[in-house]
Amino acid sequence: MARSVKTSRKAVTTLVAGTLGLLMFFPVLWIVILSFKSEGDAIKAPLAVLFSTDWTTESYGAVQARSDYLKHFSNSVVISFGSTFLGLLVAIPAAWAMAFVPGKRTKDVLMWMLSTKMLPPVGVLVPIYLIFRDLGILDSRVGLVFVLMMINLPIIIWMLFTYFREIPGEILEAARMDGASLREEIIHVLTPMAIPGIASTVLLNIILAWNEAFWTLNLTSAKAAPLTAFIASYSSPEGLFYAKLSAASVMAIAPILILGWFSQKQLVRGLTFGAVK
Amino acid sequence: MATKASRTAARMMISPAVVLLLGWMLVPLSLTIYFSFLRYNLITPGTNPFVGWENYYWFLTDPSFKAAMINTLVLVGGVLLITVVGGILMALLLDQPMWGQGIIRIMVIAPFFVMPTVSGLIWKNMFMNPVNGIFGHIAQGLGVEPISFFSQIPLLSIIFIVSWQWLPFATLILLTALQSLDQEQLEAAEMDGASWISRFFYIMLPHLARSITVVILIQTIFLLSIFAEILVTTNGGPGTSTTNLTYLIYVASLLQFDVGMGSAGGVIAIILANIVAIFLMRMIGKNLDA
Amino acid sequence: MGRIQLSQVSKVFGDVEVIPPLDLDIEDGEFMVFVGPSGCGKSTLLRLIAGLEDVTTGSIVIDGSDATTVPPAKRGLAMVFQSYALYPHMSVRKNIAFPMKMARMPQDEQVRRLEAAAQVLNLTEYLDRRPGQLSGGQRQRVAIGRAIVREPAAFLFDEPLSNLDAALRVGMRLEISELHKRLQTTMVYVTHDQVEAMTMADKIVVLHAGVIEQVGSPLELYRSPQNTFVAGFIGSPKMNFIEGPEAASHDAHTVGIRPEHIDVSSGSGTWTGTVGVSEHLGSDTFFHVTVDELSQLLTVRAGGEVDLHYGDTIHLTPNLDHLHRFDERGLRIS
Repeated sequence: MARSVKTSRKAVTTLVAGTLGLLMFFPVLWIVILSFKSEGDAIKAPLAVLFSTDWTTESYGAVQARSDYLKHFSNSVVISFGSTFLGLLVAIPAAWAMAFVPGKRTKDVLMWMLSTKMLPPVGVLVPIYLIFRDLGILDSRVGLVFVLMMINLPIIIWMLFTYFREIPGEILEAARMDGASLREEIIHVLTPMAIPGIASTVLLNIILAWNEAFWTLNLTSAKAAPLTAFIASYSSPEGLFYAKLSAASVMAIAPILILGWFSQKQLVRGLTFGAVK
Repeated sequence: MATKASRTAARMMISPAVVLLLGWMLVPLSLTIYFSFLRYNLITPGTNPFVGWENYYWFLTDPSFKAAMINTLVLVGGVLLITVVGGILMALLLDQPMWGQGIIRIMVIAPFFVMPTVSGLIWKNMFMNPVNGIFGHIAQGLGVEPISFFSQIPLLSIIFIVSWQWLPFATLILLTALQSLDQEQLEAAEMDGASWISRFFYIMLPHLARSITVVILIQTIFLLSIFAEILVTTNGGPGTSTTNLTYLIYVASLLQFDVGMGSAGGVIAIILANIVAIFLMRMIGKNLDA
Repeated sequence: MGRIQLSQVSKVFGDVEVIPPLDLDIEDGEFMVFVGPSGCGKSTLLRLIAGLEDVTTGSIVIDGSDATTVPPAKRGLAMVFQSYALYPHMSVRKNIAFPMKMARMPQDEQVRRLEAAAQVLNLTEYLDRRPGQLSGGQRQRVAIGRAIVREPAAFLFDEPLSNLDAALRVGMRLEISELHKRLQTTMVYVTHDQVEAMTMADKIVVLHAGVIEQVGSPLELYRSPQNTFVAGFIGSPKMNFIEGPEAASHDAHTVGIRPEHIDVSSGSGTWTGTVGVSEHLGSDTFFHVTVDELSQLLTVRAGGEVDLHYGDTIHLTPNLDHLHRFDERGLRIS
């Protein structure tokens, strides 16, 4: 039972939590502000920046004009969506099998899949790099889609598994008794029932793939570079152009911030492999 | 419990995933181990003779390995300390009744969705730059000498940036765990005369223990591989003061093109990560039975 | 038509034999109830018939053709599950139509059967609702509707009433019996509740640890239980069992007497006892009596409102015509 709390106490809590929340959020807020300033204004003292009333969107145009932002954005979209959907195609049947036809070794298989996620990327950097070089898929979207699909596949399978497991097996048996084939059972009964779970799996994996910054930095140079790598190019002198760096950053994180806010709950389950719900 | 037909179907449906993951794991892993025993440098082409443990010897005795190990430990330990303690406090705070809880929670979680390269650059330029950064402006305003973060306290700065990214993760998970605590337990404790502090230590903290372990283990896995934040801020410097194991192997492999040495480092990184992974897998495995 | 014959059917999970080989013949149009305590294998047996589990050995013949390896969808059976297993994302209409859609039945035939089923089950007003918006009893009816429209060879019910509250359960019990009378289709019904078994069945199969203890009509089981297990399981309250000298005097190892077959008198009788707890149900009163001669507790029934209290002394006389005698293996001595 919720108990009523004194208004004064609630006010103090709100104030403290609000201040902390604002502090955590401030860097994001700050680049949003800077991105609408001219380069000259952007390096002024914070208060001067806040109280200047000159707003401009010139930085956004400049980022696109100078370094073809849209190309990198589309790379990010292709890589994160592509890897997620390919992963889903492989993962849905696998998760179905483990959730509804568990065998003696199902648990071992699941744990083994998880263990591949524990492999530190740097441990296999050299061979992957060389294999990609020899196949000619360094700096290609295809290569990155594959790598990101593989590193996220265990998470996708696990998330789907935990969602599928919550669907009562009797419903699938009912479909079987009602004359549905395995394909019809998955299409007409399982998938529609699992849509919320599948949606949050997709969401989380797009976020993870979008922000992945080891393989995307090491396997791309220019052509296939997604936003993570594009932003990294600002680490050198260009970083001194605060307004442009801000504009580029805002554009890189905005889509995922919005997606992320929708997926807070699922995030916990996905990232802890169901250990915390 | 199922029929033979459905078991056959299940095997067929699981095999693509198993084959892919098996290939993804075994091929690069065996190549890494194989390369680690070769003298193999991409800029000196020719035969790649078998050299036994030589790469391991040089990698392990290189003074930068020792530095990288210490940096890795300090980085992981520091971030864990900040995020776990901070996360518990934040979770307790956010669990209290307040106005605008949804908005506040969104603001707290936001840093987690910021890609590593962006957060590295924001902090480096807009905040920690001694001349134009906000911290620099504040120092000037107070009339003190601004700190040059990445030359005076480079590792600490990186710990700070990474903690900012991971504090939301710890907060979110601990908050979720806290909200699953049975309110009647707390009320029973209150009836039994437990103060707020004893309720925290005797009921909330034990309830959170599991989640805290999960947070620590999962973060450790990710923190051992911190890379982008270092790349865009310090490039591992000054000297080796912010080089962690991941970055050291990256330098050996892709900057010095020493495949043998990089692979030997990779094998060591895998062994270290596995030690953490074993504990994590036990925790998650236990949960599977429940 | 719906004759189901099981011969030498057994089921082994891992190295546990859940059902040792058994034979069973379910006649066309029969209402057959599998009853037994939880874990006795009754649900497994039903799932074997449904085809949701493979038999380890033996064969299942439905209407004269061997169905042992036929997948569930092709056996022509319909099943009502304990959880109802309705598809939560489909309306009632779509739920009921699902098996017909899977069978690719002509649209007009689908509509005709759907409307007929909805009529019979009083679901006409609810056809466009989702299962989540229905009460337990309505969900139950949708599950039955989904089974009816297929016009199956037999209906299988897996503890269909156990999720309903007591009042609804009685009502649904009547509805299902009524449905059986009207459709005259074979029904196989699994329950752990002997009252359901007694009130609904044409024939009851009592299962215990995967073994068929007895097959017979409800009254056969009540009148002449073949062993102490059936005797104790069928009938409420439970039959009293007496061992020792009293049983020996009837040439048996154990004798059983039902509470309703013991006469209660305040004056005189075979046994003398002290009243313990009494349960007044209005129409009946049950007394738990500690009997001096037997030094054990017996349950007895007295009709109507009997004015006896805790600690009162009463006299009991067993009706020897209804005394059941069992040997040391627990088998009936006739």
